[in-house]
Amino acid sequence: MKSATFFVSGDSASVSVGADDLVRAIAAEAKRRGIEARIVRTGSRGLYFLEPMFEVETDEGRMGFRPSGTMAECVTEMFDSDISPKARTCLGLMDDLPWLRRQERLTFERCGIIDPRSVGDYRFHGGFLGLERALGLTPEEIVAMVTDSGLRGRGGAGFPAGVKWNTVLGAPGDVKYICCNADEGDSGTFADRMLMEGDPFLLIEGMTIAALATGAAKGFLYIRSEYPAAIAMMRHAIDAARAGGWLGVDIRGSGKAFDIEVREGAGAYICGEETAMLESLEGKRGMVRAKPPLPALEGLFGKPTVVNNVLTLAAVPLILSRGAAYYRDLGMGRSRGTQPFQLAGCVRNGGLVEKAFGITLRTLVEDFGGGTATGRPIKAVQVGGPLGGYIPEELLDLPADYEALAEAGFMLGHGGLVVFDDRVDMLAQARFAMEFCAHESCGKCTPCRIGAVRGVEVIDRIAAGAEPAKNLALLEDLCTLMTDGSLCAMGGLTPMPVRSALRHFPDDFRRSAAAAE
Amino acid sequence: MTVVATPADLADRIGHILAEHQGTDGACLLVLQAIQRAFGYVPAAALEPVAKALSLSHADVYGVLTFYHDLRRAPPGRHVVRVCQAEACQAMGARGLTEQLARRFDVALGDTTKDGAVTLEPVYCLGNCALSPAVTVDGALYGRATEFLVLERLGAVR
Repeated sequence: MKSATFFVSGDSASVSVGADDLVRAIAAEAKRRGIEARIVRTGSRGLYFLEPMFEVETDEGRMGFRPSGTMAECVTEMFDSDISPKARTCLGLMDDLPWLRRQERLTFERCGIIDPRSVGDYRFHGGFLGLERALGLTPEEIVAMVTDSGLRGRGGAGFPAGVKWNTVLGAPGDVKYICCNADEGDSGTFADRMLMEGDPFLLIEGMTIAALATGAAKGFLYIRSEYPAAIAMMRHAIDAARAGGWLGVDIRGSGKAFDIEVREGAGAYICGEETAMLESLEGKRGMVRAKPPLPALEGLFGKPTVVNNVLTLAAVPLILSRGAAYYRDLGMGRSRGTQPFQLAGCVRNGGLVEKAFGITLRTLVEDFGGGTATGRPIKAVQVGGPLGGYIPEELLDLPADYEALAEAGFMLGHGGLVVFDDRVDMLAQARFAMEFCAHESCGKCTPCRIGAVRGVEVIDRIAAGAEPAKNLALLEDLCTLMTDGSLCAMGGLTPMPVRSALRHFPDDFRRSAAAAE
Repeated sequence: MTVVATPADLADRIGHILAEHQGTDGACLLVLQAIQRAFGYVPAAALEPVAKALSLSHADVYGVLTFYHDLRRAPPGRHVVRVCQAEACQAMGARGLTEQLARRFDVALGDTTKDGAVTLEPVYCLGNCALSPAVTVDGALYGRATEFLVLERLGAVR
């Protein structure tokens, strides 16, 4: 062996558990053996439970390895085995891993495969085909394709993307904006981050198609400050795309102009709410705006604005390149296409699973996730972030579908699933929901600003055993008020985790009261 | 990183930051972020020149400064440890980890040790939820974090 090509994820989560050390171990051992090692830093495959791991190019495909002892031992063994499954730490061919093979990777098809810093690699793997198609279409034709695909907003609300784009297209005015919401603040979600770090040109392509469809010339990408690697990667990719003629004053000689500016958040969860994000982009406090007017008509700086989540925009290039029907044929009911689900918390196999809508939560958590990390029974799975409900184990056969979950009193949100084992105290989780809302409320409306503080107090009284029946009734009443009276989803949905805890885990509220007596 | 600046130096560098953002739409937050990058926090003396340059009131700028959790009005400790307090990390013992670190540093969450060595802060999600619990030590992200790992990292950088 004279040379070998290695692939190691440069994704910040992979690096957080030692991927950089692995790169050094490979380089050192290859040097010692006189082997020329080419090490490509890819994004993540979403196989976080296997990290740190690396892949090597072989004639049959990429072979995976995962250190069990030290990294140096694993690398030595890999070379000694002549890069074969004889090595104890070999995972086999990556394409044969059931965890990956059973997925339907569309949005994440390139993530973990390509070099995210290379426009050429993106092109080679089918990138920019959607944009090339869009350059030959009228805005109306692009909007029609997105509408026909059934694509719905992936930020949580599930609003049809084509309808929103059509509103912006039809809005009067010369100045329009595309704002991509990458303020992925929900605990248990990391798909936006993974995509921006692993396939940044896909998001640029999606935003550019949105611009062509609506007549916008400027885009803003609002990324939370907790994602410094994603910010750096997107800035690099935007510069590279511009240099390649995919952004700028004359996109690929079409005469059409579009450019993107990255703006960094400042640690406010509420700025994931679209109107608060617009305020923050305008440099102000991230205070929620009353709707109407819709951002599609009066958005950023008062101009017609498309506000979409990262995953919504990243789904668009494929719809353009393979057609609306290709996307629409996946999924169930009114939830079309695929959803990148994120398995997190106390789960054995945590990571990203992209599947068509309709897969059951149990399949995700048990088959893909392998149950809890501790091996203890699952008690609850919180789906959809801090504003999502806690789903008890016995309801895990629900399909992951916007309508099916809503009907059962839950929501899909951004597709994050946080698993808890049987040691979790649901009263503490309900209290946290209120505490988080108090911490992150923008303060504009009273039900949210005051209600969340009162919510913490009431739950503390229940925990202390003070008039539990009366205080439980008060908590219910408060939840109703916050749901009905809040200006946005922050105050409006905080009752969802609280109520789900009350409804499905009443023992945890009685036990605390009983213990106090 | 915290920089001790003289008033003249402060005015000079803030002037420079403001010049860089001239003509930028909605620059207030960007300017405050740039000032924090330069000094490690936003000094009170920065408010007046920022307000003036951006044609905003002192209250407007103060309002932005106090809204965002990232923006500091006082210098942090020499090292900053942030521990994720959100649900995925809770499910993997973040509450216990936070208590251990608070005890070890003898500091409340959100405060800086008396000797100014370490600031221990909450953070709500670092996007590392499949490798919980997650922390950052001086900006570097770590997954599957333990008290030992945090102490080791601090030892390495001290």
